[in-house]
Amino acid sequence: MAIDRSTVESVAHLARLSISEDEVRQTTEQITAIMGLIDEMQAVDTNGIDPLAHPLDAVQRLRADEVTESNQREKLQNNAPATEDGLFLVPKVIE
Amino acid sequence: MPNTSVYEKSLAELSRSLKAGEVSSVELTQSYLDRINTFDNDLNAFITVCPDLALEQAKAADERIVAGQATPLTGIPLAHKDIFCTEGIKTSCGSKMLDNFIAPYESTVTANFKAAGTVNLGKLNMDEFAMGGSNENSFYGPVKNPWNRDMIPGGSSGGSATAVAARLAAAATGTDTGGSIRQPASMCGITGLKPTYGRVSRWGMIAFASSLDQAGPMARSAEDAAMMLNIMAGFDPKDSTCMDRAVPDYTATLNEPLKGLRIGLPKEYFAEGLDSRVEQVVRDAIAEYKKLGATVKEISLPQTHHCVAAYYVIAPAEASANLSRFDGVRFGHRCEDPTDLEDLYKRSRGEGFGSEVKNRIMVGAYALSAGYYDAYYAKAQKLRRMIRDDFLKAFEDVDVIMGPTAPTPAFPIGSKADDPVAMYLGDIFTISTNLAGLPGMSVPAGMVDGLPVGLQIIAPHFEEARLLNVGHQFQLVTDWHQQKPEAI
Repeated sequence: MAIDRSTVESVAHLARLSISEDEVRQTTEQITAIMGLIDEMQAVDTNGIDPLAHPLDAVQRLRADEVTESNQREKLQNNAPATEDGLFLVPKVIE
Repeated sequence: MPNTSVYEKSLAELSRSLKAGEVSSVELTQSYLDRINTFDNDLNAFITVCPDLALEQAKAADERIVAGQATPLTGIPLAHKDIFCTEGIKTSCGSKMLDNFIAPYESTVTANFKAAGTVNLGKLNMDEFAMGGSNENSFYGPVKNPWNRDMIPGGSSGGSATAVAARLAAAATGTDTGGSIRQPASMCGITGLKPTYGRVSRWGMIAFASSLDQAGPMARSAEDAAMMLNIMAGFDPKDSTCMDRAVPDYTATLNEPLKGLRIGLPKEYFAEGLDSRVEQVVRDAIAEYKKLGATVKEISLPQTHHCVAAYYVIAPAEASANLSRFDGVRFGHRCEDPTDLEDLYKRSRGEGFGSEVKNRIMVGAYALSAGYYDAYYAKAQKLRRMIRDDFLKAFEDVDVIMGPTAPTPAFPIGSKADDPVAMYLGDIFTISTNLAGLPGMSVPAGMVDGLPVGLQIIAPHFEEARLLNVGHQFQLVTDWHQQKPEAI
């Protein structure tokens, strides 16, 4: 699978990553090399094999629908880059 | 003050000395802090040192010992990989993204250590978000290998391995998604154990690849690792993948004789790419096991060659989802003057993540994107089943599997930095156990050019006690685990 510059740019957009002009060339080269390594697995015949999601075939545990967490808004917002009146601030989304 | 030999004591010996009043936890803690001051400017094993907190915890531990309420590890100075959230202490995960992050809560693993009365000396350096095998991908700079400071310590738990090998902490915690405990343990000459997936809670451990991540001990011997795992293992309702299963006393079975132990050697682990001197170290270790009464047979793990490919789809795919939470809104790095929300996301993430993390997020996003899911993610998950089933079949005939931990000893800092594929191929012997969810351990087994080499031991699910027993018996008849770097 050849990865070109436009593929890198579109995947970077999907992942919401800015990639600088300087980075694009090296990133394209490295991702092409990584995809080359990954494509080796296409040689394996996996017909009739089910995907394995959990190595011990465990399933998600359910818990009782009870409140277990207390409100720690202030403590958690101490790490926020910008807040006001207990809300997280971001640039205006709707005009 | 404690004399130098105190740093050579095992955790069991330190525990006895503390209880006998031969040394106090405050003295011991201060002396480790002094060592960190002396050696760590150069080694760079710590991201954050916590002298005030450590001495406060040491004082409390001394009181607890006097009151007769000590656990086996009360008062022992440890350090934790900077991937575990520690309340009120910076928790960076080796990333600029979290350089300003003060964890608002405590991970289950570190909470268990706190409850046991251990002392936290600080937080250890690592590859950013645990992505790497050399500790060169840290925002805080590379960690040096104490055996040869031009060399990498391995990764991603490189700070943990260097701290333990250089006697900057009595033992440490690490995490292992594709070898990140075992490979640095091998390269720094210490003992490191990755438990079965679900044996140790992942709660509060910053997620890389959630179906593969597992925390474990990094220590100077199997006995020390057993004492650490006794604290770490156990059910936690806060981690939905943590297994509700009884935890044995891992020290209780260390002395079981190995007569009749059936060892399997996968022929694929002794193939092309393995340094012949590393192979010799492993073969010599196997010969020791034969003397202890073990039998050896060749086995096959046919999909070994494809583990790397499957892993480098599954781990990046999970990482791309896990790391989407770092968006510059609720915590972590935010770019200056964002023009709109998309600009805020893109530049905060572009500036906050290093290049290896960005590569992996993009590989993961690509593998999961429309039109490619079946060819990559679903294909890799099918291979994952084949890989796991290879192991289950092998364990019908053998009790443990042995081989090299890493194909080479530590390599020079910078030598593979721009070649991710060469770096990834170094994980070939460790990642299969993560894909299969199996416990694996590396124990020091020899030296090549003055650098340590580890023997990897793999056991069936939940057989950590067997691994520790097999490692301990080897350490009773060899002294590789007691070797220490010069000038330390």
